[in-house]
Amino acid sequence: MEHKQRSFYEEVRGEGTSRRDFLKFCTTMAAFLGLESSGVGQIVKALETKPRLPVIWFHFQECTCCSESFIRASHPIVATIVLDKISLDYQETLMAASGYQAEEAYKTVMAKHSGEYIVMVEGSIPTENEAYCCIGGRSALQILQEAAKNAMAVVAWGNCASAGCVQAAKPNPTGAKPVHKVISGKPVINVQGCPPIADVMAGVVVHLLTFGRIPQLDELNRPKAFYSRRVHDTCYRRANFDAGLFVESFDDEGAKKGYCLYKMGCKGPVTYNSCGIIKWNDGISYPIQSGHPCIGCSEEGFWDNGPFYQHLPSVAGFGIETTADKVGLGLGIATAVGVAGHAIVTNIRKHRELSNVPDKSSEIENPKV
Amino acid sequence: MRSRTIPMREVYVWELPVRMYHWVNMMCVIALCITGFIIGNPPAFMNGTEAYFNYWFGTVRFVHFIAAFLFFFNFIFRTYWGFAGNEFSRWTNFIPLKRSQWKEIVDVIKVDILQVTHQKIDSIGHNALASLVYFITFLIFLLQCLTGFGMYSAMSKSFLPKMFAWIVPVLGGDMGVRQLHHILMWGFIIFAIVHVYLVFYHDYIERRGVTSSMIGGWKFIEEDVVERHEAETGENTKC
Repeated sequence: MEHKQRSFYEEVRGEGTSRRDFLKFCTTMAAFLGLESSGVGQIVKALETKPRLPVIWFHFQECTCCSESFIRASHPIVATIVLDKISLDYQETLMAASGYQAEEAYKTVMAKHSGEYIVMVEGSIPTENEAYCCIGGRSALQILQEAAKNAMAVVAWGNCASAGCVQAAKPNPTGAKPVHKVISGKPVINVQGCPPIADVMAGVVVHLLTFGRIPQLDELNRPKAFYSRRVHDTCYRRANFDAGLFVESFDDEGAKKGYCLYKMGCKGPVTYNSCGIIKWNDGISYPIQSGHPCIGCSEEGFWDNGPFYQHLPSVAGFGIETTADKVGLGLGIATAVGVAGHAIVTNIRKHRELSNVPDKSSEIENPKV
Repeated sequence: MRSRTIPMREVYVWELPVRMYHWVNMMCVIALCITGFIIGNPPAFMNGTEAYFNYWFGTVRFVHFIAAFLFFFNFIFRTYWGFAGNEFSRWTNFIPLKRSQWKEIVDVIKVDILQVTHQKIDSIGHNALASLVYFITFLIFLLQCLTGFGMYSAMSKSFLPKMFAWIVPVLGGDMGVRQLHHILMWGFIIFAIVHVYLVFYHDYIERRGVTSSMIGGWKFIEEDVVERHEAETGENTKC
């Protein structure tokens, strides 16, 4: 007899979570997603009634830090359920099955839940030579394209799957590409960060489950609820920025006073993420709160826009120490030297015009000297 | 006393809107470069105090944004004037679509830059090479507005910056936008060095009053050049 799919609620209750904790979790998620208070009820209802999402979770060229982050969610209900129960489906790191059984599980999900399952991807996909990343004798590209074909949506976890991360940094030896560049015709949700904030990951899963559709995305396919504001604009040190109070070195008075880390290379002003609001590890802290500049890990190409501890990035092709200012100053000096040289040459070459001696082409005379 | 008598004609080259545009643009660029440098690498002169005492860095950024809006609308106005203004400010000067313009570009390079020949360049307004360079600066203006407002769009609800928000994903995010914005600023500085030098150069060599022409609008042009120009365009500019 077919076993009835249990809902999230039934799963967590079975794990010993109280209804009170379950409701607290739903309320937190509604707040993270920016829903109005009626949204809490929608989430509760969805988690109580809907069968859990069938998920296929792939690991390609990555470090598994997204999974690590996910299982450290401050409200671990979703992580527990998704990860514990995903082993029934397919998750290379955590599933109990291996070999043929694993392949079988993954094929079963695709066949049984065609058009309903979610493909979640950690890691970039090599394209320079597909063989750089193979699982079960097939390349990452083949696996992903096959799985994505009948998926409801694809979730790209982290910077690797969203933008290529360090593998795609210059010179990108494996030709690593993010998910959205290698598949077409499926919505891809880029959950950016290296790793993404656990609660953001949970929020995306809850949204998918509650509303049955993908969340609102920005131009870079990141969920707007979490990536519409810059770290800078939500930073508790922002007042120091506007007041022009900056840390000049990591051990100075300003660092002790908690001044803005802008001049220490903080990428907060160019980084879109929720670190300043949701924070990390149960809302304890985030890099800037710990006195370290943001490295911009939720932005495309953040490795190539370094160094991390320098505000102005180095210019590609000019060496790692060369900023736009150095190049500009060099060009400016070269221009000034060129102009001065030209002025000298002009006084020599154009002395006829300057001393008013008529040249052959004109009839101008100089009668009175 | 040295003096000379040559037949010259006064020609009204730069209309008042062009001159206004020029000086407003200059002031904006100076303000934008100075505030831009401060924003890029703020000096640490208030250190030791608390944040609630002052807002100077916010003010610098505010000045940068105001100057940017002014610069943008001034640029839009100049573009409009390229269609409404006199023959010297028309858009056709700036895009070398005609053979004669390319020939003049080669001539200007030979006469004024390499100085290998000494023939006179007949242009009354911009010469063809200058026009082309201005066209490139207009493109840089456009890119600078795109990247600037693209970054600004993240902290604004106004429709104008929002119109430029699309540049951010094109360049892969704010990091690339900021970098391009910073590099392009150096384009303005280098342009300014060459521009001011060449104004001095032309005034020094040609003595047509090119410097003051951007104040009063009139240039001294040799009579034969004006007559040839009149014959070509078929109009009488004499008043």
